[in-house]
Amino acid sequence: MTPNLFILALLVIGGAAAAMTLRNLIHCALALALSFLGLAGLFLHLNAQFVGFAQILVYVGAVSIVILFAILLTRGGDTQEPPLPKKGLLAGGLITVGVFAILSGGIGGSHLLPLVHPSPPAPSEPTVAEIGKVMMLSCVVPLLATGVLLTAALLGALLLALKEKQTEPPSRP
Amino acid sequence: MNPLQTYLMIAAALFAIGFAGAVLRRNAILMLMGIELMLNAANLSFLAFARHGAALEQVNGMVFVLFSIAIAAAEAGVGLALIIAVYRHFKTTDLDHVNTLRG
Repeated sequence: MTPNLFILALLVIGGAAAAMTLRNLIHCALALALSFLGLAGLFLHLNAQFVGFAQILVYVGAVSIVILFAILLTRGGDTQEPPLPKKGLLAGGLITVGVFAILSGGIGGSHLLPLVHPSPPAPSEPTVAEIGKVMMLSCVVPLLATGVLLTAALLGALLLALKEKQTEPPSRP
Repeated sequence: MNPLQTYLMIAAALFAIGFAGAVLRRNAILMLMGIELMLNAANLSFLAFARHGAALEQVNGMVFVLFSIAIAAAEAGVGLALIIAVYRHFKTTDLDHVNTLRG
């Protein structure tokens, strides 16, 4: 593990752990943004420039800000959570360690992973034009379906967040 | 440990943290944040397989991740709108107090 990979992994996992354990909701959202930023760094490290910048644009730029807005809209001035009970913290640690043990056991025990070439030659970085070609030629139906899904989700979110109408019982004359 | 396993371990740790947060935190927004973390762990493992796995072309993994990001964004939008609607109705986002349907 190279030092820069180690730093990025520390940023991602530390940010995620802070986001899930801190008490102040605003701090949680900012730690989440930090974790997403580290993840974008990992994507760049994996030779996926376009996806890395899309990650910064969508997650660090949009999703974190929307989460911050939701926190401010649902809390008023008070963003302090009740303190996490000791039992909850212990259970969280146990669940984290358990799930990680299961997953890492699967990764370590896999018969397929050692077959992978240990250090593949760095492939030429796929350009945006290549990604666009794949998307518009072989993946055009999923692309259109994603467009329909995004439109439907936008309309649904608008409908859900619209102010509820005051349903008064009709007054009798 | 080869590079693929390193990235998969990072993704596994991220998934485990997100899972514990989504299960244990009682605030709806924090639960949604945990779900986002799990989705991102999946994206990381997609890209790791595309770069270090036996894939023929790296482009396919990136297209996969782009679709996944779009769907996660839609999910976050609808989820937060739901949370705002729940808050307007119950005046709280604490999931322990949103139990009208409990038998």
